[in-house]
Amino acid sequence: MTSEIRTSDGELLSVKLKKVERRRRTTAFLLAAPLLFFIVFAYVIPIFQMLGRSIDNVQMNEFLSNTHDVMQEWDGTEMPGEEITSTFFYELQGLVEEKNHGKIATRLNYEKGGFTSLIKKTARKLNDFDENGNFLDQFIETHKKWGDIEYWLALKRGTDAYHYRKYLTTFDYEEKFDGSIERIPEKKRINVTLWIRTIFVAAGVTFCCFLLAYPISHLLSVLPTRYSNLLMICVLLPFWTSLLVRTSSWMVLLQKQGVLNDIFVSLGIVADEGRLELMYNMTGTFIAMTQILLPFMVLPLYSVMKTIPPSLMRAATSMGATPFLAFRKIYFPLTYAGISAGSILVFVLSIGYYITPALVGGAKGTLISNRIAYHMQQSLDWSLATAMAAVLLVAVLIVYWLYNKIVGIDNMRLG
Amino acid sequence: MSGEKSDFVKFEQVDKSYDGKELVVKGLDLDIAEGEFLTLLGPSGSGKTTTLMMLAGFETPTNGEIYFDGNPINNIPPHKRGIGMVFQNYALFPHLSVFENLAFPLKVRKIDKAEIEERINKTLKMVSLTGFENRMPAQLSGGQQQRVAVARALVFDPKLVLMDEPLGALDKNLRESMQYELKHIHETLGVTVVYVTHDQGEALTMSNRIAVFNDGKVQQLSGPNELYETPVNSFVAGFIGENNTFTGTVKELASGSAKVETSTGEIIIANPIAVSSTGEKSRISLRPERVNINPTEQIENRFEAEIKEIIYHGDHTRVRVNLLGNDDFILKVPNASSNSKLNLGDKLNLGWSSQDCRALDY
Repeated sequence: MTSEIRTSDGELLSVKLKKVERRRRTTAFLLAAPLLFFIVFAYVIPIFQMLGRSIDNVQMNEFLSNTHDVMQEWDGTEMPGEEITSTFFYELQGLVEEKNHGKIATRLNYEKGGFTSLIKKTARKLNDFDENGNFLDQFIETHKKWGDIEYWLALKRGTDAYHYRKYLTTFDYEEKFDGSIERIPEKKRINVTLWIRTIFVAAGVTFCCFLLAYPISHLLSVLPTRYSNLLMICVLLPFWTSLLVRTSSWMVLLQKQGVLNDIFVSLGIVADEGRLELMYNMTGTFIAMTQILLPFMVLPLYSVMKTIPPSLMRAATSMGATPFLAFRKIYFPLTYAGISAGSILVFVLSIGYYITPALVGGAKGTLISNRIAYHMQQSLDWSLATAMAAVLLVAVLIVYWLYNKIVGIDNMRLG
Repeated sequence: MSGEKSDFVKFEQVDKSYDGKELVVKGLDLDIAEGEFLTLLGPSGSGKTTTLMMLAGFETPTNGEIYFDGNPINNIPPHKRGIGMVFQNYALFPHLSVFENLAFPLKVRKIDKAEIEERINKTLKMVSLTGFENRMPAQLSGGQQQRVAVARALVFDPKLVLMDEPLGALDKNLRESMQYELKHIHETLGVTVVYVTHDQGEALTMSNRIAVFNDGKVQQLSGPNELYETPVNSFVAGFIGENNTFTGTVKELASGSAKVETSTGEIIIANPIAVSSTGEKSRISLRPERVNINPTEQIENRFEAEIKEIIYHGDHTRVRVNLLGNDDFILKVPNASSNSKLNLGDKLNLGWSSQDCRALDY
């Protein structure tokens, strides 16, 4: 019978309700639309485009499409046949005419070192080639590296439209030309160290923030408004100062001839010759990041603690619990939501932290984000940079997923 | 009162100040007997909650000593006092179930599991909450939360239970039924209860004795009827129940009777309670229900009044009259058919005995 219900003006109730609801939903959507568009166009699309670069090799594939096609048949056990070498010759010739051979040289150099000079030298001598002769011999004549089958294998691999090898590099692995995956030589390994260091620093900073923020937040939540506002301003002050300024001021404080060391020396804690290395190492990164990220721990903790009525602790002690037991059994469990929200916030922020480790970290204190920046700005290996960024993103998502599993995202309070 | 000791709890010259400028509690002397239900009643800021908090151990007396079962407890922290407490907003632990809430004081005392369960079952039965063991506090109604709070304060068998306005957050009907329930629990267990409230109805219903607080001092300490019938000063008379007052000057003073001249020049014969000499100013207190309308018998005080307002209250009608210059004199007239002929502007003869009209301090 419910389908028969009509409103006073004779419309079906279900239809009318939908109409009214639709108007409300449209308004809500229109209000959110500017932000939505902004996020999609300025955030989601660019991110996916960037992430695509970590596997994208389409340009190489287009430059050398014929070579790529004929090489598919080649199993790589013997030197390539004339069909391959001639196709490569003609395509390289075309690229040299369009002055695009530099691009493939850089790209192929990622696959195998020495390719840059190899292509450049070959490109100069392409006109000396006899189109009726044996192309492979002439290639080898131009440069003896063409006699090494690995360069031909690298050429085959380097012209695939998509590849995943940057992800191996991210974890210090490489794919050998025979298809086996091995760790790169020990001397070259750096990324895994940085990953471990990043996770370690992020976890450590989170823990330090927790240790420092817990008592402060508690104090904030119990002080009378007059004092708590003042204290709150002190906590929030870092928010209102430029990150760069704060980091620079840490440099002033922490350097060898800096304020802290001067104080230690004048107090006689350390000798003048034995000034502490507080900067350009992990210590500096730790100290500065903890201070900078502290508010992100304080705010969620404070917002949770403020809602805990003081009578709960009184109730617990009136029932015979020592203050410590009352804290452990009653107060502390009630702050879990704040602890977890603050921890995830600080952890996620510090796992991708860049400026502070770059400035005060030195070589021993850099994190994975600095490595990403290096590949973006100096080595220009954007594929590798985006592969690392993608791994970082996945790591954050895993943390988020774990958090949701353990605590539940509904319990998150951010202040 | 079933108590054996009349000074089970003893406040001796207790002062309390928070800011060093003002005394919130002034020279408090108070004995609480074992098994008694004593209510601290007073307006907000009168020092009653502070007194309770000092007894619980959450506040330290600035001066004086509190004894509990014969021992001074000023330096004993709250968790070693063994006093149960029910808080204003229940203070149930929101992350623990009803069972765990009740188990908390028992686990702290390292009581073994089987006994914990037995005691909790017994206590929950007493507050009629059997079957609610696994609920979380947020899943309970206000009244149920209140019962859990009471159960939790009783489950570890404390000798003394303190209650800080425990019914304040409940609606009127629930509050009334909880009053009876608390009273019955007290009678069944024989536990000593110190109860703080600002609601006089609550105090009168439940207590063996009531200490009326004002301005940091106990104004009167007595049973509910004495408090209502024989208030010792104007504050108590005005705070407890409804009250009509006249102000005047004592003209003649004899034992058991005083003649007081009102501002309009009439003489009221009153019972001198807190006046000691002629010429003194006095406030005369008279309960509305002690006034006879058109009295037929001989009565000491008899005056004419004019009806100013009639307010229908269901079981009775309140009539505001002008009497001896007092425009706010209230009469309570039972709604019997004989009284239905009251009209605005009518003149009434009012009379009352000198015993019912008490000459108090000004």
